[in-house]
Amino acid sequence: MTLILKTENLNKVYRRGGLMGGKSISALNEVNITVESDKPVVIAVVGESGSGKTTLAKTLLRLETPTSGRAIVYDTTVAGPGATPSKRDFLGLVQPIFQNPFEAFSRYRPVDTYLHETARRVAGLDEAQADRAVEEALRNVGLNYDEIRGKYTGQFSGGELQRISVARALIPQPKLIIADEPVSMIDASRRMIIINLFKRLRDEAGRSFVYITHDLATAYYISDYVAVMNKGQVVEFGPARAVMSNPSHAYTKLLLDSIPTTKSRWRPRVSRAG
Amino acid sequence: MIRLNDLKISYRIGSRVIDAVDGVSLTIPEGCIVGIAGESGSGKSTLMKAIYGDIQAPMYISRGSIDYGFNGSDGRPVTTANIRDEWFKTISYVPQSSMNSLNPVVRIGKQFTDFPGTDRDKKRVLDRATAFLGKLGLPPEVMTSYPHQLSGGMRQRVMIGLATFFQPGLIIADEPTTALDVVVQKEILMLLMELQEEMNNTILVVSHDMGVHFQVTHKMLIMYAGKVVEYGDTDSVFADPQHAYTKMLIDSLPTIGDDSMRGVIASTAGAGGDRAFGVGTGLVEVKPNHFVSLAKETAGVPA
Repeated sequence: MTLILKTENLNKVYRRGGLMGGKSISALNEVNITVESDKPVVIAVVGESGSGKTTLAKTLLRLETPTSGRAIVYDTTVAGPGATPSKRDFLGLVQPIFQNPFEAFSRYRPVDTYLHETARRVAGLDEAQADRAVEEALRNVGLNYDEIRGKYTGQFSGGELQRISVARALIPQPKLIIADEPVSMIDASRRMIIINLFKRLRDEAGRSFVYITHDLATAYYISDYVAVMNKGQVVEFGPARAVMSNPSHAYTKLLLDSIPTTKSRWRPRVSRAG
Repeated sequence: MIRLNDLKISYRIGSRVIDAVDGVSLTIPEGCIVGIAGESGSGKSTLMKAIYGDIQAPMYISRGSIDYGFNGSDGRPVTTANIRDEWFKTISYVPQSSMNSLNPVVRIGKQFTDFPGTDRDKKRVLDRATAFLGKLGLPPEVMTSYPHQLSGGMRQRVMIGLATFFQPGLIIADEPTTALDVVVQKEILMLLMELQEEMNNTILVVSHDMGVHFQVTHKMLIMYAGKVVEYGDTDSVFADPQHAYTKMLIDSLPTIGDDSMRGVIASTAGAGGDRAFGVGTGLVEVKPNHFVSLAKETAGVPA
């Protein structure tokens, strides 16, 4: 068994207001998650705005320092006391994919230069190796380097650009990819392209994912484990199928009941005479 | 009822003309919620703007017309030419990301009294608005608050309050709940359905989410590449979709608890771009109140 992800009493408190009498907000409140597995996994973190799921992602990505507690990714402490890896080692282990690919890349630079930069700086490849790595990464997400070279963000659709983001994240061969709402900016009919890509990368390329989302349906579809967050706390955690088919916490039930499905209605709809 | 007669809406950009809505003919009956689905660029927002009467260069009606079939607040029939006079009287619009459309420096109460042509007696309007927002589950303090003091869900309730306060006969809502969390989204959609049943008006709802459409609408209108490819009663469209694009939209999202779907949804969705599905020239009634546009050579099969 490999320890894929472990958080130990992870806390993050934001303070607002002046020196005296300011307000504290617990964005992460004693978050404890442990995922051990022989195979790579997708771990979904679901919850509403303000639940702390993005703070958890940022903490795992070292974009935020936890107030207390630790986070361990593949036996390496990445946050909290004892977090030792250099930036380069860390980015070789954990890579991010962000919500809005149009904001993740600058409008004024060809997109492939980002992939090159990751290959040179993080993966430490030389020019020729970098070129090959970029080509391979793009092929892995179903894109052709020749069609991407020299183009800017405005020349791609959101879905294509998000696939390029995934390709960039793959270049340093990370063990874990943290994707924060990767499909919320993409047309509903094209979301499954990205979701299925994650699934294929897990099964064929051995990458694990932390999939942060408010969309429980895609979380159910792709995840091995799911953590349900509410107000900074993980209220329910376990195998995805068990948690979502048979939720035990009231908040998980509320979330599941609120999803608009195409199977049963909240309220009868009487068809009007046309 | 609203009747679209071979409606074509174009944008003139320099010397180029782009047809965003290309020959749409259909009738929307009174007193129902109609859902409009289709991907970005399919022409759904352009069609909504045209029905709302917000037609400004470079957008123009290049062919056909819209019959509104109802009278305005002054008793005249509403037409594309005079519809602007009806805005926030008999017609209202809830724009996309509308919770950010409230004037940030004006208190909510004043936003209710600021409408042109509203009751002169501000006190009476405020009392009615306070009572009305109360019915939507908002406390009276909201009236004296600024938008930034309210949560996203509360602002969205205020927007729906503003859009329905004058009991308009037609409401156009462009993605009214996309920015909201599921729990709040359900509250807002339930509210919208209750209000519609009370007022018995027509609401056009644009959404990407087929689940939202199934929950809320009486009729569905599916747009693809500037054309209406399917239009019919919601139950019929979901139970027996006729067009390949509609089928794809309905099947493209996974369902919780359905293990047969788990991990096997093909990612053909949307592959092939804009012209992957065949589109015919006109709508044909295949079942009662259920119309479809099928191209003969590619009927039912994505290219």
